[in-house]
Amino acid sequence: MSIGNLIEDFSFLDNWEDKYKYLIELGNQLPHFDDSQKIEQWRISGCQSQVWIIPHFSSSLLSFQGDSDAIIVRGIIAIVLEIFNDKSAQEILDIDVEEIFDKMGLREHITPNRRSGMLAMVDKIKFYARQSLGEKNEYSRVSGQENL
Amino acid sequence: MFDAHIVRKDFPILNRLIEGKKNIYMDTAASAQKPRVLLRRLEKAYLEEYANVHRGSYWLSELATENYEKARYVAAKFINSESPDSIIFTRSATEGINLVAATYGLANLHEGDEILLSRAEHHANLVTWQQTALKTGAKIVYFDLDDCGNFFWNNFISALSSRTKIVAVTAMSNVLGTIFPVERICKAAHNIGAKVLIDACQFAVHKKIDVQKFDCDFLAFSGHKVYGPTGIGVLYGKYDLLKEMPPYQYGGDMIEHVSYEKTTFALPPARFEAGTPAIVQAIGLSASLEYMMQFNFDDIEHYEAELIDYTTKHLLDIRGLKILGTAKDKGGVFSFAIDGIHPQDLAFILAKEGVAIRTGHFCAQPLVNSLGYSSLARASLGIYTTKEDIDDFIVALQKAKNFFTNEM
Repeated sequence: MSIGNLIEDFSFLDNWEDKYKYLIELGNQLPHFDDSQKIEQWRISGCQSQVWIIPHFSSSLLSFQGDSDAIIVRGIIAIVLEIFNDKSAQEILDIDVEEIFDKMGLREHITPNRRSGMLAMVDKIKFYARQSLGEKNEYSRVSGQENL
Repeated sequence: MFDAHIVRKDFPILNRLIEGKKNIYMDTAASAQKPRVLLRRLEKAYLEEYANVHRGSYWLSELATENYEKARYVAAKFINSESPDSIIFTRSATEGINLVAATYGLANLHEGDEILLSRAEHHANLVTWQQTALKTGAKIVYFDLDDCGNFFWNNFISALSSRTKIVAVTAMSNVLGTIFPVERICKAAHNIGAKVLIDACQFAVHKKIDVQKFDCDFLAFSGHKVYGPTGIGVLYGKYDLLKEMPPYQYGGDMIEHVSYEKTTFALPPARFEAGTPAIVQAIGLSASLEYMMQFNFDDIEHYEAELIDYTTKHLLDIRGLKILGTAKDKGGVFSFAIDGIHPQDLAFILAKEGVAIRTGHFCAQPLVNSLGYSSLARASLGIYTTKEDIDDFIVALQKAKNFFTNEM
């Protein structure tokens, strides 16, 4: 499913119940990590539930796997992965994820706490993108709110 | 007779709609809502009575000083302190505990000494002593509650030893709701020469504090949980102990005499209130405490006991729901988990229904982890919580549960 389709689907759903149900559906389709993948190295801090993101650097593109112990968060991860997977590092850094969530009509339904969790994931993904670009001096900024 | 329906009217925020729904506020254990009398008092203090305290000999400063010191008197009355001089205004209960650890703790703890904590302590009363232990070479010893969260006397007494110098325990667990037998704890600790610090943050909301009856050496609670402002806490200390303690922070208002070479410090409580204090917050707190004291605590406890039974019964009607903390003597907090549903997912749906609950580890991570969870849901009661609130909460919870179980 492309991100264009996701935006279309979500914007078509006009109440929060249906949007959440769709998020849950997406979350249910997301493969689960096994315990060996749920390690501190991949854990994202700043989320109310446990979230893990594993980066894969292959050739010129980056891709990510993700999991959480909360189902709605898994749905959000599914969207985030759809947005960022198989993109170049520069493409990843250029993406405005808030704008996409806005188009889906999800932004207003994601509580500030949940949003900061989502943004923490995106931060980490952008951190990996910068890492692959070799911008070492940028590392220290990873916890900042730039581009957000 | 205590009537939460009438009390509710004193809290304007409870009338506002949340996402178009009735505001069902079930997170008083994290912070309580504010009565109108507090807001009026804050406004009056700023509009008509404001100046710095303990300074100028002009009219407004004298009035502000009088009100600030009256707040100390009210706080003393609230906990039945033998004297207002035993009351130190802090920024929070956390700061109160840190103050004791950094002054009494650092001055009196040595290698080989033990600090006794329960396994149910809030991070404020756990991390603080952990760090104090690191600095002093003292050792932390923990005692367990039983599987239901009951305080189990034998566990406590067998962990207490001649090496114990400080016992730091909550009077009511913010996760399990367990009420601790504070008076007995103090007696046993004093018998072997240890001092006792009580974290009364949760207890203060639900039950009458009496420091003379408890005979505790230190006791801390926060303002915002007892329907008062944020940014203010109360630390009680026995005066003879306070007098011997070194200052916590340095600056204005805590000195007796300063020269370029040396400074002598004021007597407590001034010694521990360096700088301009949270003047208006302290005055506001006194309004909230007076508000609470107009009720008979026995009536509140009686009402709450009924509400606890009512809530417990209805929670347990939900299949797959487990309450963590079913101690015989417990206050109005309900930590719970529902099979197969992450607490945060629940809270997400509840929020859409206007219901506020807390999720996570409630600043007691080791305890929540030891119960076998990384995260729990928690609903808690305040003096404004009605049976109708519980009904609405249970309906929303059932709806939230169905939301996930129908999908999965």
